[in-house]
Amino acid sequence: MSKQVNLERRRQAIYGWLLLSPAALLLSLFAFYPSVATFWSSLFSKNTRRKPSEFIGSENYADLFADPTFWLVVKNNLFYAAITIPVSIAIALAMALWANSKIPVRGFVRTAYFTPTVLPMIAAANLWLFFYTPGLGVLDQIGALFGLPSVNWLGQPETALWAVIIVTIWKEAGFFMIFYLAALQTIPEDLKEAADIEGASRWTYLRRIVLPLLMPTTLFIMVNAMINSVKLIDHLFILTKGGPSDASKLILYYIWEMAFAFFDAPHAAAMTILVLAVLCIVAAIQFFYLDRRTHYQ
Amino acid sequence: MSGVSRHIEAAGAILLALIWISPLLFAFWAAFHSTSDAVNFNVTAPWTLDNFRTAWDGAPWMRYFLNTFLLVTVVLIGQFILTTLAGFAFAKLEFPGKNLVFILVLMQLFILPEVLIVENYAMVSRLGLFDTILGVGMPYMASAFGIFLMRQSFKSVPIELHEAARIEGCGLLGILWRVYVPLAKPTYLAYALVSVSTHWNNFLWPLIVTNSPETRPLTVGLSIFGAPENGVDISVISAATMMSVAPLLIAFLLFQRQFVQAFLRAGIK
Repeated sequence: MSKQVNLERRRQAIYGWLLLSPAALLLSLFAFYPSVATFWSSLFSKNTRRKPSEFIGSENYADLFADPTFWLVVKNNLFYAAITIPVSIAIALAMALWANSKIPVRGFVRTAYFTPTVLPMIAAANLWLFFYTPGLGVLDQIGALFGLPSVNWLGQPETALWAVIIVTIWKEAGFFMIFYLAALQTIPEDLKEAADIEGASRWTYLRRIVLPLLMPTTLFIMVNAMINSVKLIDHLFILTKGGPSDASKLILYYIWEMAFAFFDAPHAAAMTILVLAVLCIVAAIQFFYLDRRTHYQ
Repeated sequence: MSGVSRHIEAAGAILLALIWISPLLFAFWAAFHSTSDAVNFNVTAPWTLDNFRTAWDGAPWMRYFLNTFLLVTVVLIGQFILTTLAGFAFAKLEFPGKNLVFILVLMQLFILPEVLIVENYAMVSRLGLFDTILGVGMPYMASAFGIFLMRQSFKSVPIELHEAARIEGCGLLGILWRVYVPLAKPTYLAYALVSVSTHWNNFLWPLIVTNSPETRPLTVGLSIFGAPENGVDISVISAATMMSVAPLLIAFLLFQRQFVQAFLRAGIK
């Protein structure tokens, strides 16, 4: 009997590892090894024809911290996160509340909110180009109706990052909406009835009952939005290319530029490690603060 | 609650919907009108297909469509195979080291492939896959998210079915193929929709790994076509944009419910 159990256990172990091995191999090749290799190469100097690569410890990091562009990019990205995260969450919530209430043409409203989610960021950027182009763009034409001067939204440091931010919010709010929508549909009707009987206003009901019940969803969306504020940079390639004078440059774009336009892999690696560190913190928030019961059953 | 505030809210909801959809509507309208009519908002202007003709002649779109189609297919097949096998191992088998490996897999959810571009590029070059469609797709095949999704789905399959198939003389892989995979169909569908739309839309990684029209997907082709230095006018860019989003957009409009459900399932991982 115990021999049989032993045999079964061994069989499961062999099968388990066999089934796992293709995925494990690819994960090692494209996630784990590259992470370690990135860290390793961030400790070496650039390999040039005159000077071969050599171990320099934390010098690449020191260079970054001394580089004003790096700090500008960090500041831009923090600003990008600080605006896109709360604004898209607030809009997503409003969208969900509306899309869940009894309004006419609800189907159209839901579709309109969600459609940007299925578009590529590059296409989204092209669509918005039509809005931002100075003189000819929709925004300028609307401005002209009110006698406002033409504005080069993408071409001036004060507005370029905002223009990028608006496209991101437009793209992700509808996506976040569906999570709120799903959560709203799990709130029992009796709560609304009870609130009505108590004479609670709609606002009180929203603030005291709906929002607390949506809290786990909000945290979940927040983590997603944080990751997006690192990840969503494709539109920069179309709209601003990080300019003018780096005013709209974000970290991932800067990593790309460093590695593939300036061919400076070590500094790009150092920056990647810093981004990974931030993502680890986000992961820790998700694991330790989020209510796991809600999303991990 | 008063009727007036209801109406105000409905108006707000519809206004927001119109604002939200307007970039797409403007581009759609511009794509079918001459540039001067488009930028002057000449509502009565005649409709034309000229922009599409100009755009179509300006780049090898047929090839780009084919590349994107091949890319999403290759990624999806790879993901289905790898995540099915790994998800099954995590859900139904007991073996030493399982929990540790599972935590490692979960970590990959946060090590975004987008962030590791430098070393992944080196890896793809080392494997001789630079400028190939397989090279674009490979880093995404062992998707931690897919493994997690499959594990959840397989876990919910009652053990009685597993036992019954075993008594019938089915081997482990046979049980996986005949019992688990058919029961997980909805999960596969949801995962397929999310995967296809993600990779149809992906840009940064394909931009780095492709270097020729023979491998370039639509997004990269579109970005090159629309680059300001090419001086293509706004109506033609709109036409090209409409063209490249059309397949996915039409699929979405037709199967909206499935798409939303899929994204929902995929998000709540």
